[in-house]
Amino acid sequence: MNVRSQISMVFHLDKCIGCHTCSIACKNIWTDRKGAEYMWWNNVETKPGTGFPTQWEDQEKYRGGWEKKNGSINLKSISKTRTITDIFHNPSMPSMDDYYEPWTYKYDELFNAPEGSDQPTARPISLVTGEYINVEAGPNWDDDLGGSRVYAENDPNLKNLSEEQQQQLFAIERLVMFYFPRICNHCLNPSCVASCPSGALYKRGEDGIVLIDQKRCRGWRQCIAACPYKKTFYNWSTGKSEKCILCFPRLETGQAPACFHSCVGRIRYLGVLLYDADRIEEVANKPNDELVDAHRSLILNPNDPAVISAALQNGVHESVIEFAQKSPVYKFVKEWKIALPPHIEFRTLPMLYYVPPMSPVMAQQNDDTVQSVSDSFFHDIEQSRVPLQFLANLFGAGHQGKVVYALKKQKAVRTYRRAVTVGDIEMSVAEKMLNEADCTTQEAEAIYQLTSLCTFDDRFVIPPMHREEAIEMMKDPHEHRSEVGFGFVEKPERGL
Amino acid sequence: MNTNSPFFLDEILFVVLPYIALVIFLLVSIRRYLTQSFTFSSLSSQFLENQQHFWGLVPFHYGIIAIVTGHLIGFLIPREVLWWNSYPLRLYVLEISAFIFGVLTLVGLTSIIIRRLTTPKIKMVSSTADWILFGIFIVQIVSGLSVAVFHSWGSSWFASSAVPYLWSLATLSPDISYITAMPWMVKLHIVCAYVMIAFFPFTRLVHALVVPNPYLWRKTQVVRWYGAWKLKRAS
Ligand code: HEM
Ligand code: SF4
Repeated sequence: MNVRSQISMVFHLDKCIGCHTCSIACKNIWTDRKGAEYMWWNNVETKPGTGFPTQWEDQEKYRGGWEKKNGSINLKSISKTRTITDIFHNPSMPSMDDYYEPWTYKYDELFNAPEGSDQPTARPISLVTGEYINVEAGPNWDDDLGGSRVYAENDPNLKNLSEEQQQQLFAIERLVMFYFPRICNHCLNPSCVASCPSGALYKRGEDGIVLIDQKRCRGWRQCIAACPYKKTFYNWSTGKSEKCILCFPRLETGQAPACFHSCVGRIRYLGVLLYDADRIEEVANKPNDELVDAHRSLILNPNDPAVISAALQNGVHESVIEFAQKSPVYKFVKEWKIALPPHIEFRTLPMLYYVPPMSPVMAQQNDDTVQSVSDSFFHDIEQSRVPLQFLANLFGAGHQGKVVYALKKQKAVRTYRRAVTVGDIEMSVAEKMLNEADCTTQEAEAIYQLTSLCTFDDRFVIPPMHREEAIEMMKDPHEHRSEVGFGFVEKPERGL
Repeated sequence: MNTNSPFFLDEILFVVLPYIALVIFLLVSIRRYLTQSFTFSSLSSQFLENQQHFWGLVPFHYGIIAIVTGHLIGFLIPREVLWWNSYPLRLYVLEISAFIFGVLTLVGLTSIIIRRLTTPKIKMVSSTADWILFGIFIVQIVSGLSVAVFHSWGSSWFASSAVPYLWSLATLSPDISYITAMPWMVKLHIVCAYVMIAFFPFTRLVHALVVPNPYLWRKTQVVRWYGAWKLKRAS
C-alpha cells in the first residue's frame, strides 16, 4: 500500500443554476491576459450540448485520454515513439476554431461616431489580430440551448440513445437540460502529464494538484491533445501551455479555490482523500463496466488503523489524515456512493466527482391542471426526463447501474424529508424507499444536511498544506516570509 | 598566412568570424537558459492555424534535421564518408538523397513563409527575429542547393577540404589554405552558416537545444514532492 493524499472535489449538479459566477471568478484572477483570453479553466456547459471546445467529449475527433490495447493502456493521441516523428505537427491538436476567437469591442467608436440617424455601435474586434470579426462562437455559445438542433443534437453523449429517446430531447415540453460546470479533474492517471516530452507537467506528491512548470514547458503542445477533458490550454502568445492550478496559492493559505468560493449555487465541495498509488495502473486498465467501482476502491478509509499507519509511514502529515476523516468528498463518493467521476472511460481517473442531476418532475397538462405523471410523489427514476443512458454515458462509462443507484438514493432522501417536514407521505413508505435505495435514516439525514444546509466550512474542508516544511528545508521561514511575494522573478513574456 | 585577399577579408570571414560566432552562441545560449528559461519554447503556432501548418513544418524539419546531421557526420568521420563515396553508385545515392532533403527544407521553408505572410493570426505572432532568420535560412539553403548543383560531389570535397579547415579551427590552429580557392558560392554558404550560428541564441531556434530526450525513458507519470517530504520518504 502506497498511501498518498489528494485534494478532491464534488460538484452537485442539482444545485447548479448556470450563473457562470465560477467562470468569471477564475477568469478575473488567472486568465485575463494576452494569449489566455480564450481559456476558461472553469467553464459551465449546458447538457445536452456541444460544450467547450466544441464536442470535446468525442475522442474519435480529439483523441484524448487513454485507450486499452493489447492488455495495457496507451495514450490515444500519440505514442511515445510517434512523438519523435509527429512533434513538428501534432495530428490530434485542436485549433482555435474548435474553441473560439476571443474578441473585444471597439468602444471608442461609441464616442467618435459622426452624428447620424443611427445609434453608434461598438463593433467586435479580434483579440488576436485586432481586425473586425463576426463573432461566431464563444465559450458558452450553446448556453441553455437544450433541445437545439444545432447544439444539443450534436452532443456526443447522444450516440447510443434510441431514436425515441433522442426525439424526446427535442420535443416541446419534453426537452430538458442541466448544467455541467467543469474544471481540471486533477486526475490520478493524468494523460497530459504522461504526454509531456519535457516532463514539465507533474502531479504534486502531497496534494495531487496537477501543474505545468512554466519554465520547463517548451511548447511542444502534446498535453493539449492528450487531455480528454480539454483542460490544458495553449497560450498562443507566450508559447507555453497552461491549466487550472486549483488555486493552489489560495489552498496553501487555507482558502477555497476561487470558483468554489464564489459558487452561488453552493454546489461545490472540496476535501482530501487518501488513496493507494500502487494500484493506479491496475485500476486504469479495468474493463469499462468495472471502472467506477475500481476507481472508488482506490480511495482508502481514513479511519482504518492500517491505512493511517501506512499513510504516516509514507510521510502523509497527521493533520492531513485528520482532515481526510472529515472530508465531505469521502462521504459523497465512498460512503454514500452518490457522486460519480465524469467520463471514467477516458481512464485518467478524475478526482472531481459529480452528483448526477434528478430531472424535473415529469408532468402533463390535462385541461387546465398540470398533473404529475407518476403515482409516486417524485417521478420514477427509470422514466426520468433526462434519459438514463445519457447520464450513464456521462458518469458511468455507458453503464446505468451506478447512476441509477445514485439517483434512487437521492429520490429516497427527498421522499423521506418530505415525510418529515410536510408529512403528506407516509413515513413507512419513505422508509421502505430508503431501504430499497440502500440508505438508512441517519444517512438520509446526513445527505440532506450536507446537500441543503451546508455551511462554508462544511463544504470546504481544506487540510493544512504544510508549505512551511518545504521552506524550512531551504531557509529560515521568517526570512523567507519577508522576501517573497506574488509576481515573477522572470517576466512571463514570449521569447523572440 | 594567406594575404592575397584585400583587407585580410578571408582571415576575417573564415578565422575571426567563426570564433566570434561560436563565443556568442555559447555565451548567449547559456545565459539565456539560466536567466530567461521562460523564453525557451518552440513557440508553436499550430493552435492558430492547423492546415497549412503541416505542409511547412514537417518537410522543413525532416529536411533540416537530415541536412544538419549529414554535415555533422561529415565533420566527425570524414574518412568513412570518403570510403563510402569510393564507389560511384554509393556517391550518387548519397548526393541525391542529400539534395532531396535540401529541397524538402526549401519547400517547407517556403510554405512556412507563405503561411506567416498570408494568415493574419500567424502574422501577429511573427517577430522581427523570425523574419531575419527566414532571410538567413533562404540564403543558406539556396546557396547550399546551388553548390550541390554547380559544384558537384560536395559530399566528397566537403570531407576532403572543408572538414580539415573546420578541424583546424576546432584545434585552434586555423588554416584557411584549404578553402581560399573555393568558389564564391561555397564561401557564401560557409559565411552564412557562421552568421546563423551567431544569431541562433537570439531567436526561437533555441528550441532545438532543449529537445527532450529523457521522455522515451522516463516513467509515464511525473510526481514532484516538496523537499522535506522527500527526505522523510527516503528514510
Ligand atoms: C532537433 C529537433 C527539433 C524539434 C523537436 C523541433 C520542433 C519544433 C516545433 C515543435 C516547432 C513548432 C511548430 C509549430 O508551429 O507548431 C518548431 C518550429 C521551428 N523550428 Fe524546430 N525543431 C527541431 C529542430 C530544428 C532545427 C535544427 C531548426 C533549424 C535550424 C529548426 C527550426 C525551426 C523553425 C524556424 C521553426 C518555426 C517555424 C515557423 O515559422 O512556424 N528546428 N520546431
Ligand atoms: S457559480 Fe456555482 S451555481 Fe453558478 S454556474 Fe458555477 S457552479 Fe453553477
